[in-house]
Amino acid sequence: VHDFVQQLVLGIAWGSIYALIALGYTLVYGILRLINFAHGDVYMVGAFAGLYFARWGGVAAHPTFFGTAVVVLAAMVFCALVGVVIERAAYRPLRKAPRLAMLITAIGVSFFLENLCQMRFWQEHFRILGPDPQTFPTLIQLRSYTLWQGPTGSVTISNVQIIVLAVSVGLMAGLWLIVMKTKMGRAMRAVSYDKDTASLMGVNIDTTISFTFALGSALAAAAGILTAIAKPKVEPLMGIMPGLKAFVAAVLGGIGNIPGAMLGGLIMGVAEYMVIWKLSSTWKDAIAFAILILILLIRPTGLLGSTAVEKV
Amino acid sequence: MGMHSIRWIGAAVICVLLGCLIGCAGPSSNEILIGEFGSLTGPTATFGQSTQAGIDLAIEEINAKGGVLNKHIKVMVEDDRGDAAEAKSAVTRLITNDRVVAVLGEVASKLSLAGAPVCQANKIPMVTPSSTNVEVTQKGDYIFRVCFIDPFQGYVMAKFARDHLKAQRAAIFYDIKNDYSKGLAEVFDSEFKKMGGEIVITESYQAGDSDFLGQLSKIRNTNPDVLYIPGYYTEVGLIGRQAREAGIKPEKCTLLGGDGWDSETLFEQAQGSLEGCYYSNHFSIENKDPMVQAFIKKFKKNYKKTPDAMAALGYDAARILIEAIAQAQSLEGAKIRDALAMTKDFPGVTGSITIDKNRNASKPAVVLEIKGNVAKYVTTIEPPDE
Repeated sequence: VHDFVQQLVLGIAWGSIYALIALGYTLVYGILRLINFAHGDVYMVGAFAGLYFARWGGVAAHPTFFGTAVVVLAAMVFCALVGVVIERAAYRPLRKAPRLAMLITAIGVSFFLENLCQMRFWQEHFRILGPDPQTFPTLIQLRSYTLWQGPTGSVTISNVQIIVLAVSVGLMAGLWLIVMKTKMGRAMRAVSYDKDTASLMGVNIDTTISFTFALGSALAAAAGILTAIAKPKVEPLMGIMPGLKAFVAAVLGGIGNIPGAMLGGLIMGVAEYMVIWKLSSTWKDAIAFAILILILLIRPTGLLGSTAVEKV
Repeated sequence: MGMHSIRWIGAAVICVLLGCLIGCAGPSSNEILIGEFGSLTGPTATFGQSTQAGIDLAIEEINAKGGVLNKHIKVMVEDDRGDAAEAKSAVTRLITNDRVVAVLGEVASKLSLAGAPVCQANKIPMVTPSSTNVEVTQKGDYIFRVCFIDPFQGYVMAKFARDHLKAQRAAIFYDIKNDYSKGLAEVFDSEFKKMGGEIVITESYQAGDSDFLGQLSKIRNTNPDVLYIPGYYTEVGLIGRQAREAGIKPEKCTLLGGDGWDSETLFEQAQGSLEGCYYSNHFSIENKDPMVQAFIKKFKKNYKKTPDAMAALGYDAARILIEAIAQAQSLEGAKIRDALAMTKDFPGVTGSITIDKNRNASKPAVVLEIKGNVAKYVTTIEPPDE
């Protein structure tokens, strides 16, 4: 039993990272009907932004709680801007084009970001980025707590896992408030429901879409930094796998559906740890895609999705 | 035959001569080209960069003394970015485009295994400085190495765990996609059992993973005395940190590894979590041998840092290769190969090197302990008597 509880605890903490990334997929899909494949790379950019803000701001040398919070917020703002720029440069010119064009552009943007960050040019001239993995500074001193000690085993949790979970839940609650209680949130819901009608009602479509990208990218940046704090290795290709798995999480929960993305993320995290526990770590990536295939066969709209769902 | 046709024949002869001149114009005649392939960028970048620094230092010294066969040596370098397919095409480029007489490389066994068949097919001798997987030199009689092999490294750590640490229960955590890691894990498993210990759990990960908490929590609940992680520094740093996060306490369980740990990046990423842990290696900077100290001094002067094992092996590999060319008195692949096979008691900075009949080097290993982000010499373990 303790093994099960232990893997469940780990799975939920890791799953909340997937949930944060999945929210970005779902928000953008809800409003543009676009699978933004560059989203996983925005997560990577967020981790790098956090790394350099922490280094240049002196937080890496003298980590404080306040400093760490500022770094996280700065990286979120930076990524929000990156998200807006990507939408402006790559997707807006194609808004009237067939949807396939935008999807392929998204894949192009993804490759562009990955390879841009891998260029040795940055390393040679600015001593940043480049293809080699970098170490994220220790912003939070690691502590491990034993929740339960039995004769044959124990259940432990670390402060980093608790922080990851707490920050994720906080951000998700914040997102829920923005979407449900603010004017901008109402505009987002309106645009996702019917773009043309919303426009006739005086909603500024361009601003609303930009805002959605900013929101999703900021969440991805938060996920990137949380991951980097827990696993301090940052590299240009780190976004590919989490990005794909978060995409599966979004589909699992019902793409376009916000609570669905959160639920999907948690299920993905827990599923991964259960597979490691009962089968082998070699199956851990396979499970994500097995889930994707199953959900597409059995319930293509996802767990919480339905044909008449309120799409945001 | 009239004047006309003679003119045509003359033109044709000139063309043939010109064609030959262009075709035969190889490298300038006072230079010998040696190829090197390595991971200068990517996840194992410090391996490639250190090796290259060692090779460069050796070649610089030899050229300063007038080179070999009255010619200077030039090293052509190809970056394989730690990718097997890229390693294969890098070696192909070195041999077919640059027409090198011999090849040095790689560090990672996976990449040497990719490059070796190309060298063998072209009958170009290849010397790997630090690939320890058994199969590398089995790719053919043109493939050599100047380091010991995996069975020996696995044996060293099993012996160290039993004799020195008095460990009874061992766990193994290895990279399932990596030939080197698998090889070390298998030998450690069988040797540790042979010496009377018990393997309580074997778990695996894959290169590129960043999350190991699931496996490490399983390992923690089996209460091992030692945990053997024969992986590369790029994952081991994170594993060390997460082992502590998962509640594997340093006072209860010592982490052990192989030469894949040997990188400064390891200490940076582990952030203190590997304090008091041990790994087997080819070389220790604390060796008092004057030749070793002279090498360290020169290396520090050139590169402003202390050499790691990869640099020392790169240095030895380059010197053994050039020595073989001098002995062969020829740039022909087959003759260099024969001279390499004859290498006996070569005074390397990583110990005295003798190439055995399987084209492997027979030499002792050192065990190092991580103390305050420095690897301290603990003991030397000799190869077992056959």
